[in-house]
Amino acid sequence: MPAINETNALPELTPEELSRYSRHVILPEVGVEGQQKLKAARVLCVGTGGLGSPLAFYLAAAGIGTLGLVDFDVVDASNLQRQIIHSTKDIGRKKLDSAEEKLTALNPDLKVVKHETMLSSANALEILKDYDIVADGTDNFPTRYLVNDACVLLGKPNVYGSIFRFEGQASVFATREGPCYRCLYPEPPPPGLVPSCAEGGVLGVLPGLVGVIQATEVIKLILGKGTSLAGRLLLVDSLNMRFRELKLRKNPECPVCGAHPTVTELIDYQQFCGILPESKEEKAMKNGIPQMTVKELKRRMDAGEDPYILDVREPFEFQIAQIGGKLIPQNEVPLRLSEIPREREIVVQCKSGGRSQRIAEFLKQEGFPSVVNLAGGILAWSDEIDPTVRKY
Amino acid sequence: MTIFIPTPLRPYAGGKDSVEVSATTIAGALAELTAAHPELRKHLFNAEGKLRAFVNVYLNDEDVRYLPAKEATEVSAADTLSIIPSIAGGTGN
Repeated sequence: MPAINETNALPELTPEELSRYSRHVILPEVGVEGQQKLKAARVLCVGTGGLGSPLAFYLAAAGIGTLGLVDFDVVDASNLQRQIIHSTKDIGRKKLDSAEEKLTALNPDLKVVKHETMLSSANALEILKDYDIVADGTDNFPTRYLVNDACVLLGKPNVYGSIFRFEGQASVFATREGPCYRCLYPEPPPPGLVPSCAEGGVLGVLPGLVGVIQATEVIKLILGKGTSLAGRLLLVDSLNMRFRELKLRKNPECPVCGAHPTVTELIDYQQFCGILPESKEEKAMKNGIPQMTVKELKRRMDAGEDPYILDVREPFEFQIAQIGGKLIPQNEVPLRLSEIPREREIVVQCKSGGRSQRIAEFLKQEGFPSVVNLAGGILAWSDEIDPTVRKY
Repeated sequence: MTIFIPTPLRPYAGGKDSVEVSATTIAGALAELTAAHPELRKHLFNAEGKLRAFVNVYLNDEDVRYLPAKEATEVSAADTLSIIPSIAGGTGN
């Protein structure tokens, strides 16, 4: 990797900083100069979720000067089992705002740069170029390959962590001599073959373990001390509490970091990962559940029909905004089936259409003859029908 | 030798996290594994019978792709074979 700040003079530490970081400063491997390097460092965390939470927290505590955060998501109750940077009061809030508040409370000297966007081929190079190191805590294959390729093209080290159920992986990619993610996995698995954490589940403390390993690697790279995980894949098996490591080699024929690269600019990573745009038929029907648009629902309401709207969000969300549905939070639906009229068409609705799809599938399984999902949920309603319905 | 089965593939290996085989080469070990658990075959090999690009196999800590004899490498009872598929989880909802 390029030595950080090799040309710039390192920033001085204030007396307050010297005392705040005294346990670092007395380490021979850190010292005043190391702490100055941390202060000068700019690190980008892609994602402020399971891995990003502990990663960003520890980097902020360690005295990193600038921390960039990329996320476009809002905090959901189901995140809190592992995404420790967010609190119960943050549910419904932007993850970036929630994370910034916690990080600056911990360390007011930290400069947080918020990138409220989904990292894409169009913006990745522009966002990454201002940072020294990238820490990848994303949750999908297209973004993994995008981050990898962008890091290789820009010559930025990519501190990698990934988790599934009870198992994690960590490594450092895209250092000058070391392998990249594509050397390890030249191709992604076809969609659907590898379940996501949402489908497969994940032990809440596991991203803590792996994210802290990533934070450790970031700090070592900045200090230029120790032996990084470059060229090694660390495997964490939390169920048996076994740590193993495997050798990683730079693939001389790697399409992005090899001797004769064929990938010299960012590509379409959705397509690379076999994710095709949804066809019209898929839009109209998902897992056997018809998808109703908000326009169609509005048309039917205007026509005097009285569809039974089942709102499966949480009560606090209902208080913020609602469109006249009957509130039964998703977890209570199985216990309150008798309250839902079987003879009517049920339009299941949530915030953006994900929870309601699962409940619609559940109701169909329970023998409800006519169940549809409101595609896009209340957010789509606010966007397309009634902007006075509050978005959150 | 012991073959370690990763979490995502355990449903196709009777839920086991490791399987003992007695083959003398890597190819033989994988053949024995998939003979005992046929459902694993399509997850490990493509239609031409080659290991899939998103599945890595390690003999002890070495990637089989970088061994001189590759899958024909001889193995002993003390060796381990690890199947390491790519996983992407991290942020997630």
